[in-house]
Amino acid sequence: MSTPTEIYTDVQLAVGRSFEQVRRARNLGIIYLILAGVAAWVFTGHQGSATFNLDGGRSFGVAATPLAWIVAGTLAVLGGIQLARGLGRWQSAALAAAAVVFVFSLLAWAAAPRSFAFVGMLSQSITFSTPLIFGALAGIMCERSGVVNIAIEGMLLNGAFTSALVGSVTTFWVGVVAAMITSALFAWLLAWLAIRFKVDQVIIGFFINFFVAGLTAFLDNRVLSSNPGYNGVDTLKPLKVPLLHKIPILGPVLFTQTIFVYTAFALVAFLAWAFRSTRWGLRTRAVGEHPKAADTLGVNVNRMRYRNVIAAGAIAGFGGSWFTANVGRFREDITDGRGFIALAVVIVGRWSPVGALSGALVFGFFDALKDKLGFLKTGIPGEFIGMTPYIATIVVVAGFAGRTRAPKASGQPYESQ
Amino acid sequence: MELELRGITKRFPGVVANDDVNLTVRGGEVLALVGENGAGKSTLMNILYGLYKADEGEILVDGQPVKFTSPHDAIAAGIGMVHQHFMLVPVFTVTENVVLGVEPTTSFGRIDIGSARTRVAELSREFGLHLDPDAMTEDLAVGIQQRIEIVKVLFRDAKIVVFDEPTAVLTPQEIEDFFRIVETLTAAGCGVVFITHKLKEAIRIADRIVVLRRGKTVGEADPKTATQEALAEMMVGRPVDLEVDKAPPQLGDVTLRVAHLTVTDANGRAHVSDVSFEVRAGEIVGIAGIQGNGQSELVETLVGLHRAAAGTVALNGEDITTATPRARHRLGIAHIPEDRQRDGMVKDFTITENLALTSYYAPPLSHGINMQWDTARSEAERLVEAYDIRTPSTETSTGKLSGGNQQKVIVARELSRNVHLAIASQPTRGVDVGSIEYIHERLVDLRDKGVAVLVVSTELDEVMALSDRVLVMFGGRLVANLNRADTDHNDVGLYMAGAKGDFMPGDAPGDATPGERAS
Ligand SMILES: Nc1ncnc2c1ncn2[C@@H]1O[C@H](COP(=O)(O)OP(=O)(O)OP(=O)(O)O)[C@@H](O)[C@H]1O
Ligand SMILES: [Mg+2]
Repeated sequence: MSTPTEIYTDVQLAVGRSFEQVRRARNLGIIYLILAGVAAWVFTGHQGSATFNLDGGRSFGVAATPLAWIVAGTLAVLGGIQLARGLGRWQSAALAAAAVVFVFSLLAWAAAPRSFAFVGMLSQSITFSTPLIFGALAGIMCERSGVVNIAIEGMLLNGAFTSALVGSVTTFWVGVVAAMITSALFAWLLAWLAIRFKVDQVIIGFFINFFVAGLTAFLDNRVLSSNPGYNGVDTLKPLKVPLLHKIPILGPVLFTQTIFVYTAFALVAFLAWAFRSTRWGLRTRAVGEHPKAADTLGVNVNRMRYRNVIAAGAIAGFGGSWFTANVGRFREDITDGRGFIALAVVIVGRWSPVGALSGALVFGFFDALKDKLGFLKTGIPGEFIGMTPYIATIVVVAGFAGRTRAPKASGQPYESQ
Repeated sequence: MELELRGITKRFPGVVANDDVNLTVRGGEVLALVGENGAGKSTLMNILYGLYKADEGEILVDGQPVKFTSPHDAIAAGIGMVHQHFMLVPVFTVTENVVLGVEPTTSFGRIDIGSARTRVAELSREFGLHLDPDAMTEDLAVGIQQRIEIVKVLFRDAKIVVFDEPTAVLTPQEIEDFFRIVETLTAAGCGVVFITHKLKEAIRIADRIVVLRRGKTVGEADPKTATQEALAEMMVGRPVDLEVDKAPPQLGDVTLRVAHLTVTDANGRAHVSDVSFEVRAGEIVGIAGIQGNGQSELVETLVGLHRAAAGTVALNGEDITTATPRARHRLGIAHIPEDRQRDGMVKDFTITENLALTSYYAPPLSHGINMQWDTARSEAERLVEAYDIRTPSTETSTGKLSGGNQQKVIVARELSRNVHLAIASQPTRGVDVGSIEYIHERLVDLRDKGVAVLVVSTELDEVMALSDRVLVMFGGRLVANLNRADTDHNDVGLYMAGAKGDFMPGDAPGDATPGERAS
């Protein structure tokens, strides 16, 4: 007797593509055509050549108008193929390449006929994405174990405040440790209320965000601003990685960064490995997907959740201290909603550390681009420029992430009988 | 190893699930545990497994009292359990599901997946389970998922293994395989507790049969002398008619017409290929077939949960190929889904709410935007009574009911509406003999009232007992269309296994009279 899988292989008819594939291919085709239109109408508007400054005094020039026409033509052709018959397995690669040339053309148009610091912008992208990486990793650790944590913003903000206050009166790294501990305490509060009393997790998160925002603003006004000695730490200097920092372009972008950046990358690699290959990872995933199954196998569901949420709090606290280290002091609402962007990054990255890293880098890039565009006086209204990172993130979600699925038991309290 | 339960009592709000139950299981024997839906079988086993805490009573292992505060303790004591609703993480591989909780690790808590995989493959070979250690669980058919559950138990070296309704989701062939596994287990000295509603199986495999009714043990039977009828009566407390009585069908017009239907999944793989058939008012058409031959996809397409890649579906002459599920409901299609927990109900809703799910939007259950909860509640009370749903009240959440009673809630909801076509997938999965009798009577009633009934079941006995006409699916195609009177179990079995019958490309109803072409 044949098993069902064997039977299916007989029935693999030549029934082309499914509806979803067809619909997705069509939508992508339309996006290509729109991008081609933008390149043709807008990016051909600046004459002259744009100079991209690299590191070590190097630079290269690009003629903005011809580049725009080439890009528009390429995108139009890709869009045509996409609409006519789809790009099959090249779909994602083509989309990524198209996105890169489109952005390149945008930069050339914005900069022409002047020059701008290309490598500086890339380096800044990494800097900007750092707190998002920590925030997103914290979110992933919670959600993967089945707890929704919208209090990332509050935990980042608390981390920034505590590291500023404690760091000013002691040393910066003591401040960082204090930030981790206090944010972990908030995380414990979240876990305790959610697990022990089954309070709605979104409401607890909301409450923590409000509480931290209010408290830090109050203390900032009343205590920090009148005592400058309580609010001032040294900004962190970039550390050059021996040898690697000498690589052209990559050196200044990736290997001349602060310890926070290196930690973020290391943590992504570690968590990606740990989720996949360790006992902790397997159990965390089980508890977040099907807690009852884990329970019947003797895994203590709620203990796993406590541990993960508290560890996530510590990570968010560490990430929060980046804000202080970046500018040397705390100010009210210094995190500026980055904790919420981190939650979006969790979804864009499909609840995986490497995915979240990519999402954070995309956002960081457009955040840096936003700064540059504001600087280059392109004539685009400033409000609109301010929207770019958010719009780009949405486009990336739609284009690459496709259908995403949250851990099944996320947000649901567990009770064994 | 000998395991004894002594004086176990367990109360839930409003019910005494177990009432002073005594039970002993010894190594090397098979103990069958039978009883009505809600009799307390699963509860008793969950206590034994440390998932629930008994209010009274004690558990003894080899004469020594033990305390299980969590499944962890029970597993350590050598007890394994295959649950009624599988406890598998869908997004895990087979190996990951097996090792969860007892992961072999190397340094830094790293799982030694290589050795785990080897062990899974070994066990699978030893017991003839044909499991791919790297397959993704959610892609596997239920019959195969159950084998993962069995490997989980074997991997933990259990000495006493509890199977809670293992055969409810298996095909006849898989049931034979399962019995072989049980025999291997007992030969190796393990004790097995086997819960089932199929009395035939209990008689076939058990060394002892214990009957539970309303939380109490009401007797023990010797399988060598017991008959199905006697056991059924012991369980239910009244004689049960195990046959389906029905008059010859009074055929009406064609209600459902399916023509050249093809269904593909997201990857473009065809699960149903060019299927054509019709169901007339006043007849019961049964679809037989081994799980995974396209029946599920066919049904999902008929009720609007899937889109057809090609072909048409018409109800009373009206084309409904692209109609939404709600539109189909309104046109008079009832649907009992095969996976009750996934597609049939909202677990955290009360019985009243679940019963209102398909009709809440229209009078009498709502007036404008106001729900008429009083009406819904009295209707629910009527159905609970009629379908003998065992529950403390209609306001109990459905997830707290026993498996068979959850099924009865769905059956009650779907069969109590006014419909033209009733599609029932595995309508009696996990239901006790008394209730099977009732559900079958209801299906025959509907037929006699002129409803077209389509029954899809992997249970060949059920298809043969109910149907006026039998269709067989194999490999996504319809391979037989037989009059019930002209066929028998053996014949249909051959079609199901693909040993007989060509598929019928392009045959649409009307091309030939049903029944002729397959002979
Ligand atoms: N978690 C729970 N909360 C409240 N009541 C429960 C719970 N679990 C079971 N019950 C009740 O206990 C009784 C026994 O249920 P149990 O699941 O043990 O029945 P069963 O014999 O396994 O039935 P079936 O054959 O339908 O699976 C039922 O009345 C059920 O409603
Ligand atoms: Mg049960």
